[in-house]
Amino acid sequence: MAFPEPRPQAPQLPQHLLRTIDCQQGAVRAVRFNADGNYLLSCGSDKSLKLWSVSRGTPLKTYSGHGYEVLDADGSYDNSHLCSCSSDKTVILWDVATGQVTRKLRGHAGKVNCVQFNEEATVILSGSLDGTVRCWDTRSRRFEPIQVLDEARDSVSSLKVAQHELLTGSVDGRVRRYDLRMGQLHVDFISSPITCVCFSQDGQCTLSSSLDSTVRLLDKSTGEMLGEYSGHKMKGYKLDCCLSSKDTHVLSCSEDGHVYFWDLVEGSLSLKLPVGKAVVQSLSFHPTETCLITAMEGRVQVWGAEPEETEEDAAAT
Amino acid sequence: MASDSDGDEDFVTYGTPLEPLEEDEPLKKPVPLHEQTVKDEKGRYQRFHGAFTGGFSAGYFNTVGTKEGWAPSTFVSSRQQKVEKKHHARPEDFMDEEDFGEHGIAPREITTSQEFSSSRRDAAGEKARAVHAQAALIPGDTLLEELITPTRSSVGVELLKRMGWKEGQGVGPRTKRKARRQQTDGARGVYGAVLPPAGSEESEDEEEFAPENVTFAPKDVTPVDFNPRLGLQGLGYRGLDPGRALLGLGAPEHIDLFRPQSESRSRLFGDAQRGSRRGGVAGQAFGVGAMEDDDDEEVYHRDSMSRYDTVLGGEEPGDGLYGWTAPQQYTKKKDKSKDASYLGKILEGFTLAQKPSEGITIFPPPSLPRDYRPVHCFRPSVEVLSLSGVSPALAEALRVSRGHMVKEEPQQGGRHQLDSSQRRALLGEDALQGPSSVLELLKPEDRERLLSLRNSSSSSNVPAPKTQPPASHDALRWGGPAAAAPPAVAGVAASSGLQQEALTVWKGVQTSSQTFRPFEKNSSKQARYELYLDRLKQGDKDGLEQSLDPGMTEWERSRERDEFVRASILYRPTASSLSCRFTRAKDPEEDDGTVEVPRDQEGDVDDKQAAVNMKMFGKLTRETFEWYPDKLLCKRFNIPDPYPGCSLVGLPKVKRDKFSVFNFLSVPESRETTAAPKPPEAGKRSRWDVSQEEEKKKKDPLSQLLNDARNQTEIKEEQSSPPASGSAKDQTETMSVDEQKEKKDEEEEEEEEESRPPMDLFKAIFASSSSSEEEEEKSSSSSQGESDGEAEDKDATEGRVEADTPALNLFGIAVHGSSQQPAVVRPQNFVQEVKEEEEEFGPKLPPPSAALIRGGPVSVEKPNKRSREKRHKNKKQHKHKKDKKKKKKKKHKTKGKQQKKSKKETDSSGEDSGGEDSGEEAAQVSTQELLKRLKHVRSLESW
Repeated sequence: MAFPEPRPQAPQLPQHLLRTIDCQQGAVRAVRFNADGNYLLSCGSDKSLKLWSVSRGTPLKTYSGHGYEVLDADGSYDNSHLCSCSSDKTVILWDVATGQVTRKLRGHAGKVNCVQFNEEATVILSGSLDGTVRCWDTRSRRFEPIQVLDEARDSVSSLKVAQHELLTGSVDGRVRRYDLRMGQLHVDFISSPITCVCFSQDGQCTLSSSLDSTVRLLDKSTGEMLGEYSGHKMKGYKLDCCLSSKDTHVLSCSEDGHVYFWDLVEGSLSLKLPVGKAVVQSLSFHPTETCLITAMEGRVQVWGAEPEETEEDAAAT
Repeated sequence: MASDSDGDEDFVTYGTPLEPLEEDEPLKKPVPLHEQTVKDEKGRYQRFHGAFTGGFSAGYFNTVGTKEGWAPSTFVSSRQQKVEKKHHARPEDFMDEEDFGEHGIAPREITTSQEFSSSRRDAAGEKARAVHAQAALIPGDTLLEELITPTRSSVGVELLKRMGWKEGQGVGPRTKRKARRQQTDGARGVYGAVLPPAGSEESEDEEEFAPENVTFAPKDVTPVDFNPRLGLQGLGYRGLDPGRALLGLGAPEHIDLFRPQSESRSRLFGDAQRGSRRGGVAGQAFGVGAMEDDDDEEVYHRDSMSRYDTVLGGEEPGDGLYGWTAPQQYTKKKDKSKDASYLGKILEGFTLAQKPSEGITIFPPPSLPRDYRPVHCFRPSVEVLSLSGVSPALAEALRVSRGHMVKEEPQQGGRHQLDSSQRRALLGEDALQGPSSVLELLKPEDRERLLSLRNSSSSSNVPAPKTQPPASHDALRWGGPAAAAPPAVAGVAASSGLQQEALTVWKGVQTSSQTFRPFEKNSSKQARYELYLDRLKQGDKDGLEQSLDPGMTEWERSRERDEFVRASILYRPTASSLSCRFTRAKDPEEDDGTVEVPRDQEGDVDDKQAAVNMKMFGKLTRETFEWYPDKLLCKRFNIPDPYPGCSLVGLPKVKRDKFSVFNFLSVPESRETTAAPKPPEAGKRSRWDVSQEEEKKKKDPLSQLLNDARNQTEIKEEQSSPPASGSAKDQTETMSVDEQKEKKDEEEEEEEEESRPPMDLFKAIFASSSSSEEEEEKSSSSSQGESDGEAEDKDATEGRVEADTPALNLFGIAVHGSSQQPAVVRPQNFVQEVKEEEEEFGPKLPPPSAALIRGGPVSVEKPNKRSREKRHKNKKQHKHKKDKKKKKKKKHKTKGKQQKKSKKETDSSGEDSGGEDSGEEAAQVSTQELLKRLKHVRSLESW
């Protein structure tokens, strides 16, 4: 027999710094959790991609092979492969264990801003400065993309995949959602250059941050705006935004060195997390737990809901 | 039974009374044994025999079967009646129906023997069955179970019962809770007798308490359910569960087919997911269909035998009634209430459908118009074929030969393949006022030449006139020889029309390597043909005559002339492999005549911008297009193709006549389409251009006003000018006049951009320029090692990688080596770079070190103007960079142009009105953009 569920607690926010990782790879351009949130990937401006353990903060592997700074990375669902993109206009598929380049995909005409696996890691999608999104096949040996989506009129700054949908944000101020199942392309006009787009965890909403220092939550099916979050500063840089793991909060990087947390429903600022003095460049929320990683300059910081005991214990002993 | 004791009247008698016993009557003798008789079901006497003969008499008066006795079956096979199969003598051949009967040797009916209907069944079992029957699909129905009774409870069950086992329990020693769990874990690798796996012991109530001294019998195992497959996926397929995907732990799981609760097995049989702890995305595409073409891919899930048990572990679970494949209904009792309400006949193992299947809606056929007469008019196709110059047999042969011919000759197609002028000619209508097809696409001077040629040809009957006026050539081709022209000339004129067509087709085509060689057998002829093609490509109209062999006779030459012209039209260049990669460069010279336009144009951006300003997101800002994903992409995403059988990919495009009337008809609807066909724009139009047009629209009120005015004047000009003057030249002139007013300094750039080089060059240049630009703007970091060979950058980066923050600053100094104060110099450059960056790329990456941003205040009074000046300075300084960037500029060409233009305009307006704040309330982007940048600059400086 089951007891009734306890009343849901107020969602906790990751406001305690658990550890700081100095990545030793120049500026960290992007930091990403892997599929289960146990590891993180940091994309360095010194052409390297590094894999870290989140819980211990130890480096596990360095993947080198890019010719210029790495801009984005993603891990496959089974943790067997990584993909990364770089300013050298290539997308690389890595083998996690060996650290070898499985495939190097050339074809973009500009630096590649964002890269994502699809759910089964059968396709790599990469968005580039040349305004195209290219769909690379990881299963066959073809080196040409399966399809090139050239609808964007300007650089594709961000891209997300969820099931059968592809969400791209472009500097031409439009959020495009390609619905493969329906064979439709939905274009939402935001007007300000988009820096980052996200799906909500429930897949019903899209989040887009743009250079007018606003994060907007749009209804996926109709394009209506459900929420608008502002207060942070995002005017010149390509910074990330995301949703918390339970869709309770909207998070955004800011150029003033904070991470802003807004309540998703009320739109009120719930927390302004001071990360440092420089620009918070990238952030990533743990897929299940209340855990956040941020990247500022050359450091990656891990934030949790509660201060970690083990460290204190270790310090005590 | 009545008695006769006191009063007969008082009793009511029932039944038949026995005969009253008489005192003196002797006792009835029992029938002696030898007189007792037994009859069979047919009334025949059966005699008892001794045990030696089987008890009964077996046949006809102690014989078998008939009077003649029993005759065994004989083998008879004749020509008419062949014995189908040679069947061996079976025991049944020697039996009669009695033997097959209920009491025979081999009874063939379902019978319940004594033993099975015994009362050995325990009450608990009965009760349990009754309860179960109530909960079953058909309430109270145990009919099936009673009908099919188990043959016999096995010795094992008997033994177990003797040992204290009860039905409903598992087998094994009674354990404490924890110990049992360990056992089930540890039992996996053990050979021999393994405890049956604990079934649904994860249920919550058991977790609640576990007293120390109480032991539990292991749980009984539960049989398996077979759920009907609902989806279209293959057996064992399980779709991806995003929730589980995020749980992680995607490690391959041990597949144990023999454990009833094993998740992978239940997945295999489509079981519903239990609350398992496993995470990670799993699921797979299961094989390749027969219809799918590429078969060299790794589609099967990688699997290894180590994930399977090779040994049957443990005994068969369950009660022996069903194997592990038994229906799950025996354990799963949920959702029964719903089913119980349905009192119909539902077989066990079936459930009611969750939702009723939707009936197929049948749409009525369209109603025919009242005066519809079902008569089909056939086209006189033979006439059309004979009219065209090419004999149908030859055309067919050529078409079949290599498939190189993309478009058939229009004459051979049905009426749907005729264009409007051809239809018009067939119908005998007058030509419409407006640009007609071929001449329209020629330059004015060419047209002049053509006209003069026509005049000369019509006056002096030149044997091979080069050209004909389009109307007459249409008429000649379609209406047969015109009345004016003598028949001999008409044939030549027709061929010259073909020549003209071939010229338009081949002119300007670059690819010559892959054209079809129709005269391969005759090398000299092929050479002449290629010469002719070369001339065609150069636009030489006299090429045909020049390429022919002067040594041949007149008849041969005329024949070859016809052949060449026809072959050149039939094997017109495809350019299909390239056309998908390039947007066609629209030089005014190149008269392709059509533009690939996305079928669904984006709506008016002004409206959207207004909606965004009012924060009315939704219908106003949302646009939905039809979009065709690649077939392979759908396969990789594991979804069905939304448009099966459609070979389109991406957004659907339509070919539109570049200067067709329809382009101008759309003027009032959206101004961007009016802007599109303007020759200077159209000449270098790419997908960037539309947005630029739009952005130009929304830039600022001033430029918009200008634009409107220009559009109006253009429209007026078009209206005032004769229809033929919608040509390229005129528009170029009007446009260039406009442009000259506004951007003189952009001229040289444009001229550079006139011709579009191949993609590789573009890529290379674009690449290097972008990287070099980033090099400059992103001060710090990062080196691009490969492209431009900036050695010092490389060194600096490597130095920086080794030593962190000091190296950053060092790097900043290294790049701008002349500056003593990096903190001061830095922001200026930064500003500038921000501007440049945003113009072309939008957001950029933050600098790797904050020290660079927070450089300290710099006095910039008029950042707008100043930055512009700086930009110009910058341009001069980086002239080499400019050159490199040229190609990229082209890509962004219109954009840059417009932005510059608009910026200039805003600048002037700002200076006129004395402040850039004046344009702030205007929603247009360019001013906003500028202000944003200004603010950005200021904020940076204020730091």
